[in-house]
Amino acid sequence: MALSPSDVLHIARLARVGLTAPEVERLAGQLSAILDHFETLAAVPTEGVEPTAHPLPLANVMREDAIAPSLPASVVLRNAPQQEDGYFRVRAVLE
Amino acid sequence: MSDLWRMTGHAAHEGLRAREFSAVELTQSVLDRVAEVEARVHSYVTVTAELALEQARAADAMFASGTASPLTGLPVAVKDLIVTKGVRTTAGSRILENFVPPYDSHVYEQIRRAGAVMVGKANMDEFAMGSSTEHSAFGPTHNPWDLSLVPGGSSGGSAAAVAAGECLIALGSDTGGSIRQPAGLCGVVGLDPTYGRVSRFGIIAFGSSLDQVGPIGRDVEDVATMLDCIGGHDPRDSTTNPEPMPDMRAYLGRDIRGLRVGVPREYFIPGMQPGVRAQFEAALKTLESLGAEVDLSLSLPSTEHALAVYYIIAPCEASANLARYDGVKYGFSDRTGPTMWANMEATRAAGFGPEVKRRIMLGTFALSAGYYDAYYLKAQKVRTLINREFAAAFAKYDVIVTPTSPTVAFPIGAKVEDPFAMYLNDIYTIPASVAGLPSMNVPCGLSEGLPVGLQIIGNFFDEGRVISAGHAFERATGFANRLPEIA
Repeated sequence: MALSPSDVLHIARLARVGLTAPEVERLAGQLSAILDHFETLAAVPTEGVEPTAHPLPLANVMREDAIAPSLPASVVLRNAPQQEDGYFRVRAVLE
Repeated sequence: MSDLWRMTGHAAHEGLRAREFSAVELTQSVLDRVAEVEARVHSYVTVTAELALEQARAADAMFASGTASPLTGLPVAVKDLIVTKGVRTTAGSRILENFVPPYDSHVYEQIRRAGAVMVGKANMDEFAMGSSTEHSAFGPTHNPWDLSLVPGGSSGGSAAAVAAGECLIALGSDTGGSIRQPAGLCGVVGLDPTYGRVSRFGIIAFGSSLDQVGPIGRDVEDVATMLDCIGGHDPRDSTTNPEPMPDMRAYLGRDIRGLRVGVPREYFIPGMQPGVRAQFEAALKTLESLGAEVDLSLSLPSTEHALAVYYIIAPCEASANLARYDGVKYGFSDRTGPTMWANMEATRAAGFGPEVKRRIMLGTFALSAGYYDAYYLKAQKVRTLINREFAAAFAKYDVIVTPTSPTVAFPIGAKVEDPFAMYLNDIYTIPASVAGLPSMNVPCGLSEGLPVGLQIIGNFFDEGRVISAGHAFERATGFANRLPEIA
């Protein structure tokens, strides 16, 4: 599987990672090489095999819907890059 | 008194209980050792000396009041993806360089309540992605056995701190080998518990179907003691096993006569260094001499696919887990761009290092429209095949043993530009991770003057047998608590 620089740019946009032109070039080569090593999986017969999402036989673990104290907003906001009136501040999402 | 840092945790506990020295003296000895070697080893991102002495004083009070436990007063290194209230937690990343968590992780809460002393936050590959600790944004950790070599990774800081005497016991985390491989390359004991044994509440997530927290120590007893403290059900992590965890120290000192030991033939690959093979074969002889029934006929044919399965699934999960680092709620944020999206892309461009970007890209690709079935779903199906083979093997064997890594520690810089060569370091540790099985590194000798590790894999929630086997092996060989002279 060979990824072109434009494939890399498309993936970077999906992942919201800004890349420089040299990074795009380098990643195209590295990711293509890594994916080549994974081609062997295609030949493994898996018809009728269920996928494993995690190794434990646990599903839908429920807890009581009980009210418990949570962290105060002021404490949560302490790491905020920008805040205003008790909210996280960002640039406008919709213009 | 100045050499207290050389002790195992359990020997130090005896000394503390007998009042031969205080927790403050023990902690000061470790802090002095940190001052002596840290500039060369760089095990820590943050050293918390003041907090450590404060906790040591509290530990001495616990001994005085009769409320001490086996971990009370023992200096511990905590991997820097384990969140600690009020103490900066970076996950080895620029993007969390100034992150001060507002709460404690479950495991830190457990050791804190037990009276352990935190020496500092241990260095690691950024977001635990790597096998050498070179991918830390804060510079590499050096192997105490030879400072020009890597300590392994991603818990390289934790393993190096234990080997260098910069703590007595450490907490690490393991996704595809990140406890066992650095423990192996640094000549210490490291246990990756069963997936679901230890709560991940407050652990910065990498691959959520794989991540597990575990202990690194100078010997098997210390590792069992630490697991006793951190393991068990936690309602804040719905993947923890609701069954009570048995007392792990009860598995120490057991006879292993008749223990059925499987050795998978697929692990004898061309990449295994002759010196590693020689020490591994010697380890099998030792197990036989202890009365274990070593069987070399075990076959796990899907082993060859485990690396591909892991390096698809882990990046996919990572790409989702790391979506939260958007510069909005915490962490580094670049706000110079004209739009929110531009800021987000710039934040992630500057905040993440090259390996993290590579894995996010790989995972995003493998989950993207048109490729999901061929990569992610296919890997999940092959994962089922790997799990089935292990399940069949554990019907016949009590434990499976392999080398922990195909090679001894390698030079800093040797593989950092070749991602796939780096991934191959995990070839022996990944299959057990994929299956969620408990596995432990125990030192099994030296090759070229560097540590070689034996990996012992157990069945689900059967850490007990792994500990019994490792402890018997360790007592027969005398490789425990062998600390290198730091040149």
